[in-house]
Amino acid sequence: MAQQILGEFEELVLLMVAAMHDEAYGVSILEGLEKELKKPLNISAIHVALKRMEDKGFVKSRFGGLPKTAEGDERSFTR
Amino acid sequence: MQPPKRALQFLRWFCREDCIEEIEGDLNEMFRKNCQTSPRTAGWKFTWRVLRYFRPEFMKPFNNYQSNALGMYKSYFSIGWRNVIRNRGYSLINAGGLAIGMMVAIFIGLWVYDELSFNKYHRNYESIGQVWSFHSDPATSIVDGDKSMQYPVGATLRNNYGQYFKHVLMAWWPGNHTVAVDDKVMLKNGLFVEPGALEMLSLNMIRGSYKSLDEPHSVVLSRSTAEVFFGDEDPINKTVRLNGRMDAVVTGVYEDIPRNSNFGETQFFAPWDLWLSVNEWARRQEADWDNHPINIYVQLQPNVSMEEVNAAMKELYRKNMPADFYKTQERFDPFVQIIPMSTWHLYGNVENGKPAGGRITYVWLFAVVGVFVLVLACINFVNLSTARSEKRSKEVGVRKVVGSRKGQLIAQFLTESLVVVVVSFLFAMIMVGSLLPWFNRLTDKDTTLPLFNPVFWAMSLAFIVLTAMLAGVYPAFYLSSFQPVKVLKGVFRSGHFAALPRKVLVVVQFTTSVILIIGTIVVYQQIQFARNRPVGYQRSSLITVHVSDPAFQNKLDVIRNELRGSGVVAALTASSGPLTAIWNTTNGYEWKGKDPNMDASFAICNITTDFGETVGWEIVAGRDFSKEISTDSTEAIILNEAAVEYMGLKDPVGQEFTDVNEFGQKKWTRTIIGVVKNMVMESPYEPVRQTLYFYNPKVFLGLMHIRIDPNASAADALTKIKSVFNKNVPMAGFDYTFVDEEYARKFAQEERIGVLAGIFSSLAIFICCLGLFGLASYVAEQRTKEIGIRKVMGASVAKLWQLLSKDFMILVIIACLVACPLGYYLMTTWLLDYDYRTEVSLWVFVLTVIGAVLVTLLTVSFHAIRAALANPVKSLRSE
Repeated sequence: MAQQILGEFEELVLLMVAAMHDEAYGVSILEGLEKELKKPLNISAIHVALKRMEDKGFVKSRFGGLPKTAEGDERSFTR
Repeated sequence: MQPPKRALQFLRWFCREDCIEEIEGDLNEMFRKNCQTSPRTAGWKFTWRVLRYFRPEFMKPFNNYQSNALGMYKSYFSIGWRNVIRNRGYSLINAGGLAIGMMVAIFIGLWVYDELSFNKYHRNYESIGQVWSFHSDPATSIVDGDKSMQYPVGATLRNNYGQYFKHVLMAWWPGNHTVAVDDKVMLKNGLFVEPGALEMLSLNMIRGSYKSLDEPHSVVLSRSTAEVFFGDEDPINKTVRLNGRMDAVVTGVYEDIPRNSNFGETQFFAPWDLWLSVNEWARRQEADWDNHPINIYVQLQPNVSMEEVNAAMKELYRKNMPADFYKTQERFDPFVQIIPMSTWHLYGNVENGKPAGGRITYVWLFAVVGVFVLVLACINFVNLSTARSEKRSKEVGVRKVVGSRKGQLIAQFLTESLVVVVVSFLFAMIMVGSLLPWFNRLTDKDTTLPLFNPVFWAMSLAFIVLTAMLAGVYPAFYLSSFQPVKVLKGVFRSGHFAALPRKVLVVVQFTTSVILIIGTIVVYQQIQFARNRPVGYQRSSLITVHVSDPAFQNKLDVIRNELRGSGVVAALTASSGPLTAIWNTTNGYEWKGKDPNMDASFAICNITTDFGETVGWEIVAGRDFSKEISTDSTEAIILNEAAVEYMGLKDPVGQEFTDVNEFGQKKWTRTIIGVVKNMVMESPYEPVRQTLYFYNPKVFLGLMHIRIDPNASAADALTKIKSVFNKNVPMAGFDYTFVDEEYARKFAQEERIGVLAGIFSSLAIFICCLGLFGLASYVAEQRTKEIGIRKVMGASVAKLWQLLSKDFMILVIIACLVACPLGYYLMTTWLLDYDYRTEVSLWVFVLTVIGAVLVTLLTVSFHAIRAALANPVKSLRSE
């Protein structure tokens, strides 16, 4: 594994993902982090972080149904 | 509430395929949540977030590097080729039409190139010129001029204007001269000119050098002439006799000058001094500013421009003519100008002292026609390709589904059109190659396909690519824009709007063709009109022989007697100038009632008393010259009708006609004894010039006219006449022409244009019909089921035929309506060039329209009727 260095923000995102037990997706991670950190974040930053971590091998994504949203969007869950 | 559309579109445009769903989902969820809390700002927040996503990690890979580009293109070629093979009929129509269009374009290109490169063989092309003298008619202020120059101008240019000129060369008129080597006698076109000509014209001297004419008794031959006379022997230092009087030694041989040069027919060059040695009268002209007998060619110094020189030339007469002579000429405002070689061929019409068009109009005309015909062919291609595109819609749909991008599809269809264009080009080249000799004969040129010229291939490549792009771009874009869902579902119909551009193109095609046809008909009409013009004398069975060679000097009477006794000659006469050209014009005449300001210039011709009878002219007033009346040779003069009109005389017979010199002194006076009907001696398109006829037995007449007995056959008579000449003057060549052939040559240019126009318009119509054929076939095929149902319902064949043809007929009628006024305007403008011209009549247009409609009907009917006769069972059953 080439790059094993994790940035500060990425670490936070990673922890949030771990805390959500297989039901983490963009908006949920965002809301969770905003609640904990008490400061507004941008969704694109979350996705960038997730993408980077996926490249480094820390997270894996999959497609799946979502019990929360009424419209039945598919979300890519990260673990 | 919906998220802002633009932002969403933007997102979908730039975002990677694999992230888009996730991102979009998240954004939508946040949007919905925002809507519940603060609806007004939800949109802005959404847009802001989209913008924040516009970063490298989420961008589509815009450089789609293909992993196997070569393989892709190979597949395009093979599929394109298979397509061509599978639909042989259509492909043939497509490629055939395009090939014909290209062939026409190539021919025209070759012709135009030959015309534009005229005279460029000579390296000093830019700085060579000929000296012309101009004057204006004080009554009308029209400026007129000629290449005939006065003798002293040469010396003046050399002495007083030497700084401008590298060469000033006096020359005699180019013409046919007898060249004799031992007993081989032939007529060859040659130029007597000062020695510098070899260098000026940058002739390629195979033997000898640019100094070869320095010695007066020398001559330089063209390679072909040398071969004719000397075969393989070395011609250098051999003697030739020119015109029976001048002996010269061959001092050089030059490579033949190509035909597209004003000197292309010149077979030998001989020194000016040699010509002077046997034309003593010329030497007496050294100080004569009134007579204009010679030509002068010049070459400018390298750093001098034509404009500079011509500005200085304007003053030449004023500064150099003897003062008292100039005073008599002043009212004519004479001046000298140099006409550059670059304008000789294409801008031969000299007006107001400057070259002003001429052949260049024809060059433009043909270039435009060539472009149009090519465009027609390309339009065909576009039409047929788009029309048939429906057949390929499923293929496009499948390709798109499997993952082809629009760019790839466009590349595929462009490649296919490239395949067809290359095939057409090959066809076209083959056709050009085999038809080239015939084309050369038609246009009287010597063009070749420059197969070894890399520029030619570069241009051809550009040509192919351009045509492929031009013809392929619309179908490519049209085809690649099909939406896979619609296409694969099977409900794809091109809709009314798709047919519109096709219809417009068909109208354009037909408009061009109809205009071309109208043009051809009018050109032929003009030629016929001019041909039918009464010539004023009997052209047929009349031969003109040049007898100016000194060998004839004492033999003329003998020859005449022998000819009369030969039984094949009905009449004989002689004149100073031919019947088909005016060689001499003079001015300075007075008569009763003449406007003193008028500069009266007349054409003159010296004749004999037998002239009228031999040529068959018609005296309309007074009488002809008669041998019996001795005063006829000193006191009589005959005018033609044009002269009478020119002079404004009411009752010319018996009036006096005076020749005055420039100082107003009378030289002689004659009485008008007769008026003769106008003889067309110059261009049949121009009015006849005012001409005077003199009978003066003391003047040597250089041309003999022989009227062949109508009971004798022409070939038989010619042989007998020839033998008489050869017997009596073996040293002189028998330089003869048939007057009617010579006259017919005046139409040569227009006839050539007529033939070419005819060919091109037929080809254009053919191409149009080819396209129409393809389209009709396609439309019929498309509507097979519809026709089947109509038949079942009871429609008759006639009704169906009408149904299918109607659309096309409307298009043709529209085209005709557009073409007729345009054609009328264009043709009347062209005809304005001719003084003597025909009218553009209505029947031309009616005929053309009917013709176009008929041709279209025929083409379309073939398919319409075939479709109408089809078995409805078969057509309805087909899947």
